[in-house]
Amino acid sequence: MFGQSRSPRLRGALAGTLGVGLVFGLAACGGSDDSDDDSTATSSIDCAQFSSFGDLKGKSVSVYTGIVTPEDKAYKDSYKPFEDCTGVSIKYEGDKAFETQILVRAKAGNPPDLAIVPQPGLLKQLVATGKAVEAPAEVAANVDKFWGKDWKGYATVDGKFYGAPSGASVKSLVWYSPSEFKDKGYQVPTTLDQLKELSDKIAADGGRKPWCAGISSGEATGWPITDWMEDFMLRLSGPETYDKWVNHEIPFNGPESTAALDAVGEYLKNDKYVNGGLGDVKSIATTTFQDAGLPIVDGNTCSLHRQASFYAANFPKDVKVAEDGDVFAFYLPGKDAASKPVLGGGEFNVAFADRPEVKAFQTYLSTDTWANIKAKASQGWVSANKGIDPNNLSNPIDKLAATILKDPNTVFRFDGSDQMPAAVGSNAFWKQATSWVTGQDTRTTVNNIENAWPK
Amino acid sequence: MTTTTPPAATALPADRGEQSAAAVAKRKLSSPWASLAAILIAVLWTLPTFGLLVSSFRPERAIKTTGWWTFFSNPTLTMDNYRDVLDSESGAGLGSYFVNSLVITIPSVIIPLTLATIAAYAFAWIKFPGRNILFLVIFALQIVPLQVTLIPLLTLYVDAGLANTFWTIWLSHSIFGLPLAIYLLHNFMREVPATLLEAARVDGAGHVAIFFRVLLPLLRPALAAFGIFQFLWVWNDLLVALTFAGGGDKVAPITVALANLSGTRGTAWHLLSAGAFVSIIVPVTIFLLLQRYFVRGLLAGSVKG
Repeated sequence: MFGQSRSPRLRGALAGTLGVGLVFGLAACGGSDDSDDDSTATSSIDCAQFSSFGDLKGKSVSVYTGIVTPEDKAYKDSYKPFEDCTGVSIKYEGDKAFETQILVRAKAGNPPDLAIVPQPGLLKQLVATGKAVEAPAEVAANVDKFWGKDWKGYATVDGKFYGAPSGASVKSLVWYSPSEFKDKGYQVPTTLDQLKELSDKIAADGGRKPWCAGISSGEATGWPITDWMEDFMLRLSGPETYDKWVNHEIPFNGPESTAALDAVGEYLKNDKYVNGGLGDVKSIATTTFQDAGLPIVDGNTCSLHRQASFYAANFPKDVKVAEDGDVFAFYLPGKDAASKPVLGGGEFNVAFADRPEVKAFQTYLSTDTWANIKAKASQGWVSANKGIDPNNLSNPIDKLAATILKDPNTVFRFDGSDQMPAAVGSNAFWKQATSWVTGQDTRTTVNNIENAWPK
Repeated sequence: MTTTTPPAATALPADRGEQSAAAVAKRKLSSPWASLAAILIAVLWTLPTFGLLVSSFRPERAIKTTGWWTFFSNPTLTMDNYRDVLDSESGAGLGSYFVNSLVITIPSVIIPLTLATIAAYAFAWIKFPGRNILFLVIFALQIVPLQVTLIPLLTLYVDAGLANTFWTIWLSHSIFGLPLAIYLLHNFMREVPATLLEAARVDGAGHVAIFFRVLLPLLRPALAAFGIFQFLWVWNDLLVALTFAGGGDKVAPITVALANLSGTRGTAWHLLSAGAFVSIIVPVTIFLLLQRYFVRGLLAGSVKG
């Protein structure tokens, strides 16, 4: 009926819509000319270090990563000095489906030249496809110089070293409101016991709930609890036991992990502590991790939120993230003031080609020069590179993270769920943690995860 | 896309000999209650799309803190979202992906349509040994889930040196579209009375003349129906594009850009409504322009076996 009696006016309107669509397209064609803005941090770097790789002019290197807008701009800008030096052009491709697509592309023989891999577990899988290429000696030398042994270990499979670490993130942080702490006279805790006392004190003052938390994150729902548990595993049982736990040398349902999860439960399953400004304990499962810490800004609903350094990006633009601002973070304290275990994550540059230009680029990315250029160009980014100058980090939270990473007392451990087999680390652990927070007891939870471990 | 066809409108014009039944149906379907129900369903179905449209013009903070309906009590309009989504310098630059999508979609519709029409003619009107078995095999190919073919197909493309070009996507969509296209068009062609073709043959027409002069004009609704089908499918496809368009912004279609629009940690999700509207302009237009073929072609082609 509708189709047959279509009026000319409608036809005109439709033509108009199509026209608008075409204008979008044409505007894009016209606007895509690359204008080199020289304002970016193209500090002159020493080009001589790349001369040993020969003449690279006109070559290109493709980079494939899960890092998309807005963080990708800083990466592209930090590659410019290398491009200027060598004449190599870097093709950056960001894709949120990176973690599955990189495996598809590696298996099918269509890998990029370089991938920025966010998990040691995924790195192992990529090496297993046989397409990843061992890092050149120059990179290995730089990594020995600028990173701790543990970082090199994460990128080493069967004694072969596959790539320099790129960014890093510190996960052992608790977000709070400095102004609120000042007004009410709260002190930043330095031991786990003090953290407990502080929580009780906030709960007693005005009868509100001190902590807010949220674990909803699409198909990855539950991951923030895995970080909580890893943090407590690291604190209650020590780094050596943590390593054994991650590598499944001790069972997941042993006394250590039960104790760690119970310790988390004292916070997250405690009706007196959660869920400030958001509801009761069960609301943790339905609140997205992006929104979970926002009640801190309100000033009177939630005081503490445990989340990684990258959480800074979730606060609205007019919120000042600084030690004297609206929100900031403190280090989630160790069992006592002397021990300083830090849970974190990071990315690794894994190459799939050994052409000279790829090697040269890998070498550039493993230097302190690159780390500092990247630090200047970005917000919310740090590296565990020891050559990084904290003054190059404009963001106070990045400075805090870099200081924690550089601290000689720091014992760094990589996020355990990122290293466990996928069936556990990105499946059972998340799902069981979600069931746990909605009512399942600790014993059943750890037993179920242990049973999911691939035999 | 379900915006304009009230469900009651699909009632077919009456055929010979069923006058009374058709009249009854017509009376019942055009009763005030039926119309009311149709309007109600149409409004319900349109509402989310309408909300999306309103959202796309609201400022970032408003989108993130309140629902779109608060727009009516507190109307603030901004083009910022569209600027962020379209600007190729400081924004996502959806425009170039939009062009990529057109470049991908048009050949991905024309290639299978051409091949399928010719193949369907052969299956319908040329007698050759093994015709039925072959047709059965093609019919069965529809059952193969395209997911299982992704990695082997990509391996073949890499071996053939086609990786990171538009060819991978064109060929993939053609391959995945052909079984259904051949089946659909074959059924439609079988319905053309054999006497018509015999008459053409008596007049001295060969296969080529019959195909172009007799069948093609009759096939127009079916071709348009499958054309829309394939167009919407290709335009909205993400999986095939993600797997095969490994060439960054040179080859990737708008769906891939949309998937990345919300940012690494999903902090820019307020842009999604504007991005979605840039992306659905073309499918909505095509659908509205060709929808009468869509309904007619589907009923004529696929319902009868």
